[in-house]
Amino acid sequence: MLSDFGQVLVFFLLGIVFVAAGLAFAWLIRPHRPYPSKLTSYECGEEPLGNTRGRFNIRFYVVTLIFLIFDVEVVFLFPWATVYKSLGWFAYVEMLVFLGILFVGYAYVWRKGDLDWDRPAPLLPRYEKGVGVREEALAEEELSLS
Amino acid sequence: MGLLDQRFENGNVFITTADNLLNWARLSSMWPMQFGLACCAIEMMATGASHYDLDRFGIFFRGTPRQADVMIVAGTVTLKMASRIKTLYDQMAEPRYVLSMGSCSNCGGPYWEHGYHVLKGVDRVVPVDVYVPGCPPRPEALMEGLMKLQDKIRRESLVKPAPLPHAAADRA
Repeated sequence: MLSDFGQVLVFFLLGIVFVAAGLAFAWLIRPHRPYPSKLTSYECGEEPLGNTRGRFNIRFYVVTLIFLIFDVEVVFLFPWATVYKSLGWFAYVEMLVFLGILFVGYAYVWRKGDLDWDRPAPLLPRYEKGVGVREEALAEEELSLS
Repeated sequence: MGLLDQRFENGNVFITTADNLLNWARLSSMWPMQFGLACCAIEMMATGASHYDLDRFGIFFRGTPRQADVMIVAGTVTLKMASRIKTLYDQMAEPRYVLSMGSCSNCGGPYWEHGYHVLKGVDRVVPVDVYVPGCPPRPEALMEGLMKLQDKIRRESLVKPAPLPHAAADRA
């Protein structure tokens, strides 16, 4: 006789067979007429630009991490709130301690400046010769005159 | 692969039975791509919502061309949008169908003469199966267009289509 996890295994195998059989059958009977425009990545009808696996700025990492912490906090708050009355004062104080710890962490992050969004300061090319410098000089002159 | 894709020279009882099965499956689950271009899209949304309820035809909007079978061109096709529509049509998986909804996408509609920015009919960029007249068409009209498309799918066959007369003449 199958154990409880044996039944899970049977479900698991049946799931694999079901999906694989469906895909294989579709592969057998579907029309197959590829051409380059059909195979392009879907970007809402626009011309695809660059690779699908684009890179995000590393600074989003901190934002994601902080979001995750408060997301999990809310996940913990909801079940606590539903059984709040039957748990009494002890659960209330426990949750206050939990929120307090998170709040201290939040204040720490804020104080350390991790929430500040540093704007990049790229070095713009500065032309030493030619028309650009003269125009710049003229603009500065105008500024100083006005 | 495409084992059943227009590979047969002539029909027999197996092929016609397979035809019936495939056509029934296709016409019972025509999933349109979810996009609207102008006021016709409001009627299309009304058709999809509970009052007219496209779900009872097995029609249910998908957000990506990869999962869509039908493209309902609902509204004015501007020249800027036409290239996008072409791309989206190309990205749909076959078999795919196009339903042109409303005067604008049928022929340019009120912009047919002085609309410098409007494509005079979406059939200039994608092959259209069903035209639904109206400005905009009522939901009943759109549903009739979809049922016409179902009729069209019901007549499809796995038999290789006969070459066009002029193509046959060229080959001879």
